[in-house]
Amino acid sequence: MPAVETFALEKTYRVGFWRSSPKVALKSLTMSVEAGEIFGYLGPNGAGKTTTIRLLMGLVNPTGGSVKILGGSIDDPAIRAQIGFLPEQPYFYDHLTAKELLNYYAALSSVPAKERSRRIDATLTRVGLAQDAWNTQLRKFSKGMLQRVGLAQAVLHEPKLVVLDEPMSGLDPTGRREVRDLIEELNHEGKTVLFSTHILSDAEALCDRVAVIGKGELRGIGVVADLTASVKGNVEIMWQGASAVPAISSMGLHPHAVGDTVRVVVAEAKVDAVIDALRRSNAKLVAVTPVRTTLEDYFLAQLAKPTAEVSR
Amino acid sequence: MKHSSTNHASLVLAVLACFLFAGATAAHYKVEGIRAQTRPEEILYIPSGKTLKRMSLGYTGLLADIYWTRAVQYFGWKHKQRSVDYHLLYPLLDITTQLDPHLIVAYQFGTTFLAQAPPNGAGEPDKAAALIERGIQNNPDNWRLYYDLGFLNAMERHDYVAAAQAFARGSQVPGAHPFLKVIAAAMAQHGGDVETARLMWQTTLETTEDAMIRQNAQKHLQALASDDAVLKLEELVRQVKERTGVQPRSFIDMVSAGYLRRIPTDPLGRPYKLRPDGRVEVQDPDSLPFISQGLPPGYQPTRPIVPGLAK
Amino acid sequence: MNSRIGVIAFNTFREAVRDRVLYNLIVFALIMIGASLLLGQITIGVERQLLINLGLTSISIFGVLIAIFIGIGLVSKEIDKRTLYTMLTRPVRRWEFILGKFFGLVITLAVNAGFMTLGFFIALLYLMHGFQRSDLSILVAIYFILLQFMIVTAIALVFSSFSTPIESAVLTFAFFVVGSFSEDLRGFAEVAKGTSHYFAVGMSYIIPNFSALNVIASVAHGNPVSHQLILMNTLYAFTYAGTAVCLASLIFQNRNMK
Repeated sequence: MPAVETFALEKTYRVGFWRSSPKVALKSLTMSVEAGEIFGYLGPNGAGKTTTIRLLMGLVNPTGGSVKILGGSIDDPAIRAQIGFLPEQPYFYDHLTAKELLNYYAALSSVPAKERSRRIDATLTRVGLAQDAWNTQLRKFSKGMLQRVGLAQAVLHEPKLVVLDEPMSGLDPTGRREVRDLIEELNHEGKTVLFSTHILSDAEALCDRVAVIGKGELRGIGVVADLTASVKGNVEIMWQGASAVPAISSMGLHPHAVGDTVRVVVAEAKVDAVIDALRRSNAKLVAVTPVRTTLEDYFLAQLAKPTAEVSR
Repeated sequence: MKHSSTNHASLVLAVLACFLFAGATAAHYKVEGIRAQTRPEEILYIPSGKTLKRMSLGYTGLLADIYWTRAVQYFGWKHKQRSVDYHLLYPLLDITTQLDPHLIVAYQFGTTFLAQAPPNGAGEPDKAAALIERGIQNNPDNWRLYYDLGFLNAMERHDYVAAAQAFARGSQVPGAHPFLKVIAAAMAQHGGDVETARLMWQTTLETTEDAMIRQNAQKHLQALASDDAVLKLEELVRQVKERTGVQPRSFIDMVSAGYLRRIPTDPLGRPYKLRPDGRVEVQDPDSLPFISQGLPPGYQPTRPIVPGLAK
Repeated sequence: MNSRIGVIAFNTFREAVRDRVLYNLIVFALIMIGASLLLGQITIGVERQLLINLGLTSISIFGVLIAIFIGIGLVSKEIDKRTLYTMLTRPVRRWEFILGKFFGLVITLAVNAGFMTLGFFIALLYLMHGFQRSDLSILVAIYFILLQFMIVTAIALVFSSFSTPIESAVLTFAFFVVGSFSEDLRGFAEVAKGTSHYFAVGMSYIIPNFSALNVIASVAHGNPVSHQLILMNTLYAFTYAGTAVCLASLIFQNRNMK
């Protein structure tokens, strides 16, 4: 049973003073997140990531389609008991301390009273919040500290599914490292993790599968390796002999010369033409190497495509 | 698509809301019933018009209107309650007119209802005079106020000289009702007679804009007409007895004997009663609150009414 | 009361009592009570009456301000600041959230009113050097003020379940003002004719009847409050507030969090 399933999920907002002009935030999204995987939901800012997550969490009602969470409905409290959620830029009650806040949430998630204190301490340690901040009111917290408290409340009650909206934002490099580790740990414990991000390196390092979304539309979904392989990559060509430079430049390419060695990166399709040109100029071919495609290349390639020819 | 439990909860909430609101409405109705029986003595939070004027932050017009409404409602309520105690009427009117010195209707209302004897008024003609004098000071160009002062002096204080003076002063004001001169003259000659009273009530009736004052004037005119009719009927009965030696037993007898064309009725259309001793009585003295003739022996007003206030 | 409602109510209370706005308003109310003692010295014969009038009016008005200031934060501020997200994704039903918030604020207001009442009775003791039997009806007046707070809170909940914090504050305050003039509206209904009569009668039942809950003036004169009125006002306040809470839950049940 998938942890998250959506069927033709749609959200259209009405904007303007009279709410007359429709604005599509999410267009017919059908996808699933398998139990036990780390799933990355990628897209540039404003692509509809947060809207999707709010729809999944039942905070916003869809204008079309439906969502299944852990095989049930998010409106069912029994299902909600099994999920943990970190919103984007979380904000909590100013006047509570970190421990009070977690105690409150633990009570709402029906964590037995006896276990609460132990579990709160363990969770706060786990998310790396310094112990001297545990009894400080949240209004004195920095953005990074709030982010950690947010993570703590999301995993406190040992949910089966953890949904994190931009979990790395507001954190310094060490913090990001720690969150990556936390996500992997959760995954090892058998939890499903769904997180959104616009930072691709995080996704590439962590995710079993990713979905790419742009302008409210799904642009691609799959295993990271498969996705990057699907992109027609570039090839780096190096040769010796600066005399060939004008001929290559005339093909609309931008060769770089370092002493007598010249280097150019071209699309796969153009490799033959370039090599022919080099031969004609009597340049000495040194190396022809495919450039490794990253998720970023895939990402940019998908977003650059006109919406009609999106790969599914 | 919403989960069915959400829809279910919405339905339950909607039904519950309806039930609770029905309960609230019933309780509200009941509360107003209790309050109508036991409405506590009203008091003024701030008894000084000057203080209020300062506290009103300049919104004196609105505040005056609120106090004016309170004054009218206070009087109306007390009157409905058959109260003889109207001690707040003067302060309310005083504050109202301090907040808005040009609220003519408040002076007029005050003159009428402060002066009349309880239960038809507060029975404070001197305070009424003070109020109207202040009204004249603040609005020297309004002839109606002079008229009201004269009226008050004549009808309630029986000071016909002062009344004539007031009417004369009023007649000098540009645009004054021409009647003022007539009344001033009548006042000087026949101070307390019924015809003058009738003339004055008639003028009030024709010139006032306030419904309560108009209806009050109407009641007075009806009372004057009724008193007149009762005296005439009693005189007729006496004459019949003199002529025939027999005391007529009823108006029906007198009609069949040809002394009357039909059964006489009071201004409200109710037949008069003829008592065995020859006295004429009105059927419902409560509906003619200002009559002095035709009252049943030992009559006490039980249900004084100012039309328009009583529901 | 199920445990989640209790937990939310307690948290609302705790959050409220840690807000400085609250203390400012309470202190101000106590200053007003103190000032009425001073004012009493320059009037003759009505010191007690003045203290009761001004004191209880202060408790009422400042309590209502607190109810509005904190009450609007109940839902609309939580939506605005998105504190709700981490709550509504827990096994909490939305109506439980509304009910918890409502109880939390009512408790907060009751505690505040308790403090202000204490201040008031100290002032009364200072003035009269003792208590008398008719002081009991002052407690009834304060009880009615509490009922009034309950209604204001419930109304604040309704408005804040669908509008922004500032809009809900303005709307709730407007309701409070109109409700305080409900007497005059009823007076208008009595004299009005035709459509405006029915409109006024209808409105007088929709807006809260704060006139009936205000017995300050009568109590200041030492008049007792009838048991029947206490009973019926209680019934009224509970059913009216209940209606509003149901309405707030109903609106909230189906609303989108932005």
